[in-house]
Amino acid sequence: MAVWEALVELADDHLVLGHRVSEWCGHAPMLEEDLAMPNMALDVIGTARTLYTRAGELEGKGRDEDAIAYLRNEREYRNCLLVERPNEDFAHTMLRQLYFAAFMKAFWDAALSSADDVVRGVAGKAGKEMAYHIRHAGEWVIRLGDGTEQSARRMRDAVEALSIYVDELFDSSDAAQAAEAAGVLPKRSEMRAAFDKVIGDVFSEALLELPAVPYGQRGGRSGQHGEGLGHMLAEMQSLHRAHPGAAW
Amino acid sequence: MSGSPQGQSGPAWEAAAAVPDPEVPCVSVAELGILRWVQMEGETAVAGVTPTYSGCPATLAIELAIETALRDAGFDARIERLLAPAWTTDWITPEGREKLRAYGIAPPVNGGKASLFGAVDVACPRCGSDHTERLSEFGSTACKAQYRCKACLEPFDYFKCI
Ligand SMILES: [Zn+2]
Repeated sequence: MAVWEALVELADDHLVLGHRVSEWCGHAPMLEEDLAMPNMALDVIGTARTLYTRAGELEGKGRDEDAIAYLRNEREYRNCLLVERPNEDFAHTMLRQLYFAAFMKAFWDAALSSADDVVRGVAGKAGKEMAYHIRHAGEWVIRLGDGTEQSARRMRDAVEALSIYVDELFDSSDAAQAAEAAGVLPKRSEMRAAFDKVIGDVFSEALLELPAVPYGQRGGRSGQHGEGLGHMLAEMQSLHRAHPGAAW
Repeated sequence: MSGSPQGQSGPAWEAAAAVPDPEVPCVSVAELGILRWVQMEGETAVAGVTPTYSGCPATLAIELAIETALRDAGFDARIERLLAPAWTTDWITPEGREKLRAYGIAPPVNGGKASLFGAVDVACPRCGSDHTERLSEFGSTACKAQYRCKACLEPFDYFKCI
């Protein structure tokens, strides 16, 4: 496995999450959130674009960001399962964002010393952006968890539904291990303490309890996804596949 | 070399540096710190440009505007996108910060770290009061948050610190 494949995994995480978050555009419960959601989506989609481009350069077969993002099917996507989970309600969406950002903040901070210039550049920006996502999503998790009877119940349901996908974040695939060995990406398992600290702080204010997860759900890095990803990709890729090379 | 002061003078630099930011037209790309340098390679003016936010939709528009300005000034032009080091709001010049404030956008609080739940005091760009509150972490563009002044009651944009 090669380093560029690890960058594709990372880019897939960001693109898939970005698409999910963008699905709230026009549907968020208030105007501020309707602005916040596309902005958060833009952050991660922008990160994905740079990573796809870099992956294509390292692969050396002339694939650009569009070729990698739009011309692979569901089984070829390598994103972790957490990011493809459907939006459901605001509790699910914000907890998914918090889990992802809490991991990625630590990851990008560690990637500031990457051996790859582009990864270093991405890390310098994305780490700061993830701090905003943690704050925004964290405030929502607290507001809902320590809110009304209904909001607290929905928040607990989200914790129940999404926590089984957390462990996969800390796994390194063969490609990721190659990138780690090359000094391009940090070791995913080393993000645990920072992640636990962020989640622990938020959950204690949100009156939520961390569930014990005996068996984490895994499979995204080997292309085994939930049913929803195929539908999402169909929507995301249809324009490019119908009109190859379409530009605005 | 990137960031070298000698890349920040001469007719090509002057032409590129005057380009306004498309989303915040009160400041130029040089004042925002997006335009890093312009260097001549033979007849071609090469402009080093660093994007602001990862997903900033204005990145392409900014690059195109700089390239156009260089061509209008009579140069062949090329843009070099510089990702590392990453742009930070610390690169906004003092003049740029003052222009933002005059335009009604609170400039980023210097030295502020976007720490978890860390509060920063953002001064109202209209009346100067520190008695302000954040309405939303995300505003009209990726680089801004929404605030409101509790003293003069004006809502305003805050240029987020990254
Ligand atoms: Zn005021």
